[in-house]
Amino acid sequence: MTKALVITTTGINCDLELAEAFDLAGATPISMHLNRLLQQPGLVDEFDLVGLPGGFSYGDAVAAGRIAAQLIRSGLYDSLRNAVSRGVPMIAPCNGFQIAVQVGLLPNPSVSATPPVPTVALADNTSARFIDRWVRFNVPENTTCVWTRGLRLTSESAIMPIAHGEGRFVPSSMEQLQQLEADGCVAMRYDPDDNPNGSAGDVAGLCDPSGLVFGLMPHPERYTRWTQHPIWTRMSSEEMAGDPPGLQMFRNAVAWVHSHREATCSNSA
Amino acid sequence: MPLWQIDIYPADDQIDREATRTTEEISELGLGDQVSVAFARSFLVQGDFAIAEANRLAETLLCDAVTERAVVAIAGQDTLNEPPGSQTTLVNVLPKPGVMDPVAASTIGAAQDAGFDVKAVRTLRKYWLGDVEVKTLDPICRRALSNDAIEQVIIGPLEMDQLDIGAPYEFELVTIPIRELDDEGLERLSREGQLYLTLVEMQTIRSHFVSLGRDPTDIELESVAQTWSEHCSHKTLAGRIHYRGPGLEAGSPLDERQYENMLKETIFAATQSIRQSLGDDDWCVSVFKDNAGVVTFDSDYHACFKVETHNHPSALEPYGGANTGIGGVIRDPMGTGMGAKPVCNTDVFCFAPPETDVESLPPGVLHPRSVMKGVVSGVRDYGNRMGIPTVNGTVWFDDRYVGNPLVYCGCVGVMPRDRISGDPEPGDLIVALGGRTGRDGIHGATFSSAELTDTHVDEFSHAVQIGNAVTEKKTLDAILEARNDEGECLYRSITDCGAGGFSSAVGEMGEQLGADVQLDAAPLKYQGLTPVEIWISEAQERMVLAVPEDNLSRIQDICDEHDVECCVLGTFGTEGRELILRHGETEVGRMPMALLHDGLPDRVRIASWTPPADDTDAPVRPAPDVTTALPALLAHPNIASKRCIIEQYDHEVQGRSVVRPQVGVHGTGPSDAAVILPVQGSTRGLGIANGLATGLNADPYRMAIAAFDECIRNLVCVGVDPSRIAVLDNFCWPGCDDEQRLGELVRAAEGCYDAAKAFRAPFISGKDSLNNQFTTEDGTTIRIPPTLLISGFGIVDDIHRCLTMDAKHAGSELVLIGDTSHPGGSIYAEMFQPHRVGELPEFELEVLSRTASRVSNAILSGLVVSAHDCSEGGVLVAAAEMAFAGGIGLTLDFDGLPGTDEFECAAFGETPGRYLLEVSSQQMTALRDVLGDTPMTHIGTFNDGHTLEITGRASFSLDDLRSAWLGTINW
Repeated sequence: MTKALVITTTGINCDLELAEAFDLAGATPISMHLNRLLQQPGLVDEFDLVGLPGGFSYGDAVAAGRIAAQLIRSGLYDSLRNAVSRGVPMIAPCNGFQIAVQVGLLPNPSVSATPPVPTVALADNTSARFIDRWVRFNVPENTTCVWTRGLRLTSESAIMPIAHGEGRFVPSSMEQLQQLEADGCVAMRYDPDDNPNGSAGDVAGLCDPSGLVFGLMPHPERYTRWTQHPIWTRMSSEEMAGDPPGLQMFRNAVAWVHSHREATCSNSA
Repeated sequence: MPLWQIDIYPADDQIDREATRTTEEISELGLGDQVSVAFARSFLVQGDFAIAEANRLAETLLCDAVTERAVVAIAGQDTLNEPPGSQTTLVNVLPKPGVMDPVAASTIGAAQDAGFDVKAVRTLRKYWLGDVEVKTLDPICRRALSNDAIEQVIIGPLEMDQLDIGAPYEFELVTIPIRELDDEGLERLSREGQLYLTLVEMQTIRSHFVSLGRDPTDIELESVAQTWSEHCSHKTLAGRIHYRGPGLEAGSPLDERQYENMLKETIFAATQSIRQSLGDDDWCVSVFKDNAGVVTFDSDYHACFKVETHNHPSALEPYGGANTGIGGVIRDPMGTGMGAKPVCNTDVFCFAPPETDVESLPPGVLHPRSVMKGVVSGVRDYGNRMGIPTVNGTVWFDDRYVGNPLVYCGCVGVMPRDRISGDPEPGDLIVALGGRTGRDGIHGATFSSAELTDTHVDEFSHAVQIGNAVTEKKTLDAILEARNDEGECLYRSITDCGAGGFSSAVGEMGEQLGADVQLDAAPLKYQGLTPVEIWISEAQERMVLAVPEDNLSRIQDICDEHDVECCVLGTFGTEGRELILRHGETEVGRMPMALLHDGLPDRVRIASWTPPADDTDAPVRPAPDVTTALPALLAHPNIASKRCIIEQYDHEVQGRSVVRPQVGVHGTGPSDAAVILPVQGSTRGLGIANGLATGLNADPYRMAIAAFDECIRNLVCVGVDPSRIAVLDNFCWPGCDDEQRLGELVRAAEGCYDAAKAFRAPFISGKDSLNNQFTTEDGTTIRIPPTLLISGFGIVDDIHRCLTMDAKHAGSELVLIGDTSHPGGSIYAEMFQPHRVGELPEFELEVLSRTASRVSNAILSGLVVSAHDCSEGGVLVAAAEMAFAGGIGLTLDFDGLPGTDEFECAAFGETPGRYLLEVSSQQMTALRDVLGDTPMTHIGTFNDGHTLEITGRASFSLDDLRSAWLGTINW
């Protein structure tokens, strides 16, 4: 069984659809409250995949994801970092992404048990307003991200819903952005004509150097059935063949877990 | 203990967006152009620690390392008073004491979790302003920077050395000497005590206590006032009414009728008769009983729906009013049956036009643009945080909403079929869950019965609140877990705390058993609340459960894991079905439940109705050219796209939205209804729509039918089965204090009755708000038009068969279904032909119902490619919307239509009962067969061009039409 941990907490509200996406991709999702994980951080060790869902953790009081990030930094960071080193793919859409960058899991988790100081931010949209719409995206060819590599996209299907007020990607410097691009850590970009929030470099999603930890402002978990496509009533059955890109991402991660498991087994055999 | 102030500014390389927004706001309100502004959000933190620790708090919790910078000092120190730029005037805006401060509440918890010894936190906003004239500083502060109802402004440096944490309450038993009051005294007590009861009601209370030989305590009197308020008892709609006036049908003779209970004899009666006629096929589960109406969804689930208004709070403080409006209605499904999971929200607003001249506003009234922005932000921030998609709604503009906007909020929930009902048993504990009780929202229930005036901000600011969505969300999480704990439900009954607070919630749950309540057991936001305040506070985010004692510890565990507070307030079941209220050791009130629930005195109200006289002064204008009229109609605020509102709402969270509020290419089509997929793993959908026909308010009977019909048509157009639609009524009336208004209410209620029976769509719940008028300083009363919202939801058997309104294929035909008659009540008549406003359209109810079911048959048998209801703006507007939403050209060819020979009437009239259908030419014959004798008129053909042609009359570029439609409401 491939077990996916879905971390919920006060104000998280995209946990059910994230669990459903894992389920559709063949994993077995289990939701757990952050309070329980903080008491028993070892529980993370039993999982093959981790999801940090979207929502408004702790009401996004102070700043989006800030309070949840502080809690994770103080009590769960080490378990999550260990999970990455054990080869566990993690996905963090929207509020999850905002949390992950402030925890320090992205763009680059530290090698020690101490979480690093955040080096990138997801700031308020240039419109200074919450916005929900579908935007066109693409996947950089050089990305190392296990979630987005090899997605099958068409001009009709390569869109993804965003729904946030604070999604503007801000690196510490342009050099940092260029380095992330060069290292294949930009896992997903907005179409330059459809950048909804003013993100630098049109960055929609980042991964860590291992390609396992994937944070993104769009919501792939809301794009696992074709009837979620905003103009599905205009599309032909040929256009709706196969899995929608959101579901493909989750299948990619589950497939990676399977192949990683086989690789580990054959290595030890 | 030091009071630290931590100011957070944007980092030097970042744009100050709040400052930019504020500059724009000041300019929009005509208070100054290009006023230079700098902004900081700021925290006052009281805690026993030194500067290093305060800096660490700023760095780790309050300030972003990449995009922000912090200034940290003891409050009052000079470094806090140095402007970041050239600005000179400092304006601090703080929530008034006792007003909910959600950020402060979360911050204190997070700081304590992180090990900081923080005792209290308060947030504020700091604005640094450049040159402003002295005389404009005050209006800028009051209108652009703050709201008097909930916030205070301090100009210049903040002089503060500690946060007020409230003083302990010193107990005092207050009795009201009601027995000695004469009628005048009773009326004064009712008014000054903000009870808003009538003289007869006050006399009834007096007699009750005379018979007991004692005076009531303050809490007893308040309990009666809350329970008997219009808001809680619907005493007008459900009262005895004698109607005299014309009969219902146009031109019918004088009619006279007496109702013992109008609600029962009209709206309820329709539901009962439909349920009887459905027999075994009756799908209603719980109607007009619970917090929301419940119907069967599928073999495993029920669905419920409730729509509420929050008008008066939204007039005073639009953000907080709308915020707690949506928060309140979400608690209705949560408190229905054994708790339903909310799956979508709807909202409908009525405002004065946003372009209203600032100078024309009466004193005490907020500008409609500020009201609209505040209301939209309030719904957005609460709904989005709850993770409930807002999938459907509309906005209607009319001058008469200037002092009294309408804010309708709706919520749909689903629950497993075995979690539908429960009653408390004697000995069950009264358990309160969720938010703490504070002095907020006192007298909200009775406030809704008062009339708004220019001084209401001062009198009623305590009735206005800010919500804290995150508290409601975690309360919902805890309740759903307790509902399904290892297959068992841990409580026996549940309800929400809405109007009247604990007094209503405990009063309703304990109606049959009595209840013994220990008021000081309730967790408080701050000290110092009197027993009365605890009992009637409408503090948000609270639910009340009846819990068997054995289950208490398990409920406590669940609450602990979710960081939800819960407390035992008392027990259900007392001897003699009494309500007993205690504070400490003292009994502060004791009353029979029978007085509260059955004691409300009856009186007969007289209703009459005279049709409004034709406006003979209305200017007679020539019909405009269609080239002018069509773009102007598309840009009319009541028709124009609401995109800038829709996109601020998360309409896709939960991932279950199938037909969204915007459809078609680039989302440029206005969807008729929303469809969601409420249950995982199923393909059965739920359609949600609203109908509003305020344009026809000259005759509320026809208005009600038209609103009902619009709701049904909206649902039919997306693929809902019309034999599986349930509806809700929501009356917002301009007062019922005179016979004519009450007559209008009677006619609207009769319209609901006739429509429900004709469509066989039962009413399952409803609400009324009957005092929507505003009295200005000089005594002029501005009454809203009578407004009836019909909200409906219905079943889509298989979501894959859903239709959207955007035209799909070049080559397909466009047909109009239904008859067209007079143009009165249309937006076209209002804009261009005022002398024809009174020529109301004619229609037969049976025909409307038959048309709906035939159109639905055509849609469900796959004959239709796209469908759009033909309503505001008429045929041309609807056809243009289909074309530009589909991005394909259209050629229209008609002069008259069945029912009229006149082009203007055919093109722009708004007769109910009409649909536009896109059909492939091969299916035209089959469609005609399905429609039988229902009029079907071929009016045009889609093509692969980019224009809308009206043969022999005009040609428009689709881009121009789309731009006109998108350009009006844009902020």
